[in-house]
Amino acid sequence: MNSIIIDDETLARTIISQMATKDPELNVTGEFSSAIQAMKFLNEEETKPDLIFLDIHMPDFTGFDFIKTIKNPPAVILVTSDKNFAIEAFEYDCIVDYLVKPITEERFLKAVKKAKAKKDETPATVSVSASTDEKQPTDTANEFYVNIDRRLIKIDIPTINIVEAKGDYIQIKTETKNYTVHSTLKKIEEKLPSSLFLKVHRTYIINTKKIIDIEDNSVLIGKDVVPVSRANRPELMKRLNML
Amino acid sequence: MEQPNLNYIDQLAGDDAPFRQKLIDTIKSELPTEIDTYKSYLSADNYNATAGSVHKLKHKISVMGMEKSYYIAEEFEKNLKNNSLDLQADFEAILASMQNYIDGIQ
Repeated sequence: MNSIIIDDETLARTIISQMATKDPELNVTGEFSSAIQAMKFLNEEETKPDLIFLDIHMPDFTGFDFIKTIKNPPAVILVTSDKNFAIEAFEYDCIVDYLVKPITEERFLKAVKKAKAKKDETPATVSVSASTDEKQPTDTANEFYVNIDRRLIKIDIPTINIVEAKGDYIQIKTETKNYTVHSTLKKIEEKLPSSLFLKVHRTYIINTKKIIDIEDNSVLIGKDVVPVSRANRPELMKRLNML
Repeated sequence: MEQPNLNYIDQLAGDDAPFRQKLIDTIKSELPTEIDTYKSYLSADNYNATAGSVHKLKHKISVMGMEKSYYIAEEFEKNLKNNSLDLQADFEAILASMQNYIDGIQ
């Protein structure tokens, strides 16, 4: 059983890592001092963990925030100094146990046993929201997170007007703000619901609900005039609710 | 005043002397940094962030076997969240005690 440890305190990671050696079936494949580091690991690694030991209180990004960014999360064991989050913890199906620091070996192994039982019930396939592994766009997801200057920023999908490719970056233009992210149009297209968004040009994806008008080979969205390629125009026209 | 001890660490490490030393070395390197972080937030009157650093220090207090001190830290954390510095002196005495103790261990 592969696991990772996310805790900003070295001492906590050291203790958990040592306790993990007591179970021969448990293998620690990564230790991270921040949720952001762990998210990058989950995006890059092909072998996903079956279990995450997760601290709640971390700077910038809490353990609960981290769980919300994961689709199909594996089993999670919360490890915290705070007893007060127990009720919130059990609102998440993926959380199998809640260990209060300082943890004892007996309690640790009991929690791992619960995680194993969960794994036997449902094989986990984990991917972070911004992952490229996700091939099907999720029409039900309302937001995703982007990594800008080592911060994970939530973007509400319905507020997006336009996404424009700019070399190795994309610019996401929302109703209130623009974000430049190191990614590709293809990757973000996979994250956006096809019922709402359409690629109208080699370098543009638009939110079809935000179109103000269409003229020749361009559309007006907010204050932006976006080119529409000849090949994409028929699909765009199909989307319009014409009188 | 409650004194720190290594009971938890000894129990955890058992006969594994290198692991015991690793835990002690980790506390030696991490504790001063966490105390500095606490002090810098406090001097900036950022009580919420100070509460966060007190929260983080609670683990080391418990690892060093200071059960009563843990509850003082817990109360101080709550006070900070309510913009109160009650128990600051008690908490800082705990920190000093921990630092002195760990400094005295090879």
